[in-house]
Amino acid sequence: MLEIGLSHYLTLASILFTLGIFGIFLNRKNVIVILMSIELMLLAVNINFVAFSAFLGDLVGQVFAMFVLTVAAAEAAIGLAILVVYFRNRGTIEVEDINLMKG
Amino acid sequence: MSVAAVFLPLLGAFIAGFFGRWIGDRGAQLVTCLAMVGSAVAGVVLFVQVALNGQEFVTPLFSFIDAVQLQVDWALKFDTLSAVMVAMVTVVSTMIHIYSVGYMAEDPSIPRFMAYLSFFTFFMLALVTSDNFVQLFFGWEGVGLLSYLLIGFWYDRPTANAAAIKAFVVNRIGDFGFALGIFAVFSLFGTLHFDEVFRAAPNQVRATLNFLGWQVPALTVTCILLFVGAMGKSAQIGLHTWLPDAMEGPTPVSALIHAATMVTAGVFMVARLSPLFEYSPTALAVVVVIGGTTALFAATVGVTQTDIKRVIAYSTCSQLGYMFFAAGVSAYSAAIFHLATHAFFKALLFLGAGSVIHAMSGEQDMRKMGGLWRLIWMTYILMWIGNLALAGIGIPGVFGFAGFYSKDVILEAAWASGTSVGLYAFVLGTFAAFLTAFYSWRLLFLTFHGEPRADHDTMHHVHESPPVMILPLVVLAIGAVIAGFLGFDFFVGEGREHFWRESILVLPDHASLEGAHHVPAWVSNLPLLLALAGIAVAYLAYISRPGIPAAAAQRFRPIYLFLLNKWYFDELYDFIFVRGAMLIGFGLWKGGDGAVIDGLGPDGLAATTQRASVGTSRLQTGYVYHYAFAMLIGVVLLVSWYLAFQVPGAVRP
Repeated sequence: MLEIGLSHYLTLASILFTLGIFGIFLNRKNVIVILMSIELMLLAVNINFVAFSAFLGDLVGQVFAMFVLTVAAAEAAIGLAILVVYFRNRGTIEVEDINLMKG
Repeated sequence: MSVAAVFLPLLGAFIAGFFGRWIGDRGAQLVTCLAMVGSAVAGVVLFVQVALNGQEFVTPLFSFIDAVQLQVDWALKFDTLSAVMVAMVTVVSTMIHIYSVGYMAEDPSIPRFMAYLSFFTFFMLALVTSDNFVQLFFGWEGVGLLSYLLIGFWYDRPTANAAAIKAFVVNRIGDFGFALGIFAVFSLFGTLHFDEVFRAAPNQVRATLNFLGWQVPALTVTCILLFVGAMGKSAQIGLHTWLPDAMEGPTPVSALIHAATMVTAGVFMVARLSPLFEYSPTALAVVVVIGGTTALFAATVGVTQTDIKRVIAYSTCSQLGYMFFAAGVSAYSAAIFHLATHAFFKALLFLGAGSVIHAMSGEQDMRKMGGLWRLIWMTYILMWIGNLALAGIGIPGVFGFAGFYSKDVILEAAWASGTSVGLYAFVLGTFAAFLTAFYSWRLLFLTFHGEPRADHDTMHHVHESPPVMILPLVVLAIGAVIAGFLGFDFFVGEGREHFWRESILVLPDHASLEGAHHVPAWVSNLPLLLALAGIAVAYLAYISRPGIPAAAAQRFRPIYLFLLNKWYFDELYDFIFVRGAMLIGFGLWKGGDGAVIDGLGPDGLAATTQRASVGTSRLQTGYVYHYAFAMLIGVVLLVSWYLAFQVPGAVRP
C-alpha cells in the first residue's frame, strides 16, 4: 500500500509550478492563459504550505495558505479588470501584440 | 594735440561702429567726418610745428611690453617724416570721408563703412607715429586687417570675398618676412626702439648672422627681410597680385587704402629705417632692382587693362616702384615727396573714377564708356588735372603739376647715383614714364571722348556727382596742382637739410639727391618729353586713328596677351602655390581632420555609443514573458548561489 507522504505532495507541487512556468513562457496565444498559469503557480505554493504545515504540525502554514488564496483572488480580479480595459483600448489580448515596452 | 590727431579717428570709429544703430546713417557720417576734420586740423598744425618750425617731440603714452630684455612702449613720435605722413594721411582721409558720404549714400550699411574708414585711419596714424618696431608692426597689421574688411565690404559678392582673402594671404607672406626682420633686429641690437637701434647700427656693419648654416652679413639680411614686408604691403613685383583684385572694394577704399595711404606704408618704412638700410649697399641694390622692375612691369600691364579702376591700380603699383627705387638710391626724401604728391593726385584719380562709375550706374569697363565729357565736365576737368599730375607735365623752370617735380627728381637721383642698378632703374623708370602718360590718356580718351558706347538707358542717366563728392575732389585737385611746386624746396631742394634734420639719414657717399640737381639737361628733360610723346601716341591711337589699337593687338598678339594677362603672374602662382596648397588642404581636411580626428574623436565616440545603445535597446522586446523569464533565471541563479555557498554545511561542488 502506497503511503501518500510529504514527498508526493512536494512532487505534485513542483510539477504544477513547472507547468505554470511553462504556461507563461510557451504560451503565444493570450493573456488569460498567463493569468491562469500564475494562479496555478500560486496553488502549487499553497500545496507546499499545507503539506509542510501538516508534516510539521504547525498551523501557521495553513493560515498563510488562506492569505495566499485571498491575495490570489484579488490579483485575479485586478488582472482580469486590466485585461478588459486593455482589450477595449487595443482590441486584442494576444501576447504577441503586447509589446509597447519594446526598446 | 598729437594725441588728438591720432585718436580722434579711433573715437569716431568707436562711436559709428558700436552706436551706429542708434545714431543712424546721418549720425555716423557726421561723427566720423567731424572727428576726421578735427584730426586733420591737428595734423596740419603739427606739420607746421614739427616739420616747418623744427619742434620734434615724442609723446610717451604707456608701457606695452615690459619683459626683462624686451621693453616696448606706446609712444607718438613726431619728427618731420611722421609729421609729413600724419598731415598727408589725415587730410586725404578727411576728403575721402566726405566723398564717401555722397558715394555710399545708397548703401545699406553706412555706419559700418564709416567706422571702418576711421578705424583704418587710426591704424595708419599709429603706424606712422610709432617709435619702435612693435608699434610699427601693430599699425602694419591693423591696416592690413582693415584693408581686408574693406575689400570684402560688399560681403555678398563672391569676387569681393575672394579678393579680400587674396589680399590678406599675400600680405601675410610679406608680414612673415617683416616679423622675421624684427626678430633679427632684436637679436642683433637687443632692443626694438628706433633711436637705440639707429644709434647702434654703424657698429653692426660687420656683424654676421648664422642663417641655415651660412654666415651672412647681419644688416643686409635684416634689411632684406624687412623689405619683404614692405614689398607685400606696397604691392611690389612678386607680391603685387593682390592690389588689382583689391579694386573689388568700394572706390573710396581704393582711393584711401590702395592708393594714398596703406600701400605707401612700405615706402614709409624704408625711409624710416634709412639708418639701417644706409649701411647695407646690397639691400639698397635689391630695393632699387625690385622698385625699378615694378615701375615698368605695372606700367606695361596698365596699358592693356580695360577696367577703369584696374588701370589706376596698376598705375599705383608702378608709382610705388618709383618710390622704392628712389629710396634704394638713397633719395629717401624724394621717395617721401613723391609719396605725398602721389597721395593727392592718385586719390583724385580714384575718386574721379568713382565719380565716373557713379555717373555710369556702376559700369567700370572703359570699352562701354566714351563721350562723357560734356555730361560730367567737372569730373572731366578734375581727371585731367589728376592725369597731368600723374604724368608729370610742366614747363621746366616755371611751373609744373605735382608729379613733374617729384617724379623727375626721382629719375634724376637714379641717374646721379652712378651705380649700375641706379642706371637700370633710370632706364626702366624713364620708359615707364612714357607708358604712364600713354595709359593715363588712353583712360581719359576712352572714358570721355569718342562716340558713347554705353546703351541708351545708361547714357540717359548720366549725371554729375553731388557737391559733397565734387568738393573733396576739388581740394585734392588743388593739392595735385600745387603740392609739387610748394613742397619741392622743402622736400628735396635747398631747404631739405633743415626740413628733414635727423629723421632721414643719408651717408655722405650716397649723396644722389645732391647729384640730382646737377644732372645734364637731357636727363631732366627726357621724362617730360617722353610723357608728352605718350600723350601724343594716345591721341593718335584713340582719337585720330581709332583703328590702331585693335590692329596693334592683332599684330603683336603674343605680347598683347602677355600684358593683358598681367605677365601670367596669377596663373604662375596658381600653378606653383595655390594648387599645391589646395591639395594639401584638401588632404588634411578629408584625411587628417575628417578621417582621423573626427573619425576617432567625436564622430567615432558618437557612433560607438549609438551602436551600444541600439544593441541594448534590442534587449527590451516588450514581451511580458521575456521579462518574466529573465526574472525566473535570476531567481534560479540567486537561489543556486545561495544554496551552494551561503547555507552552512551545504555541499560545495
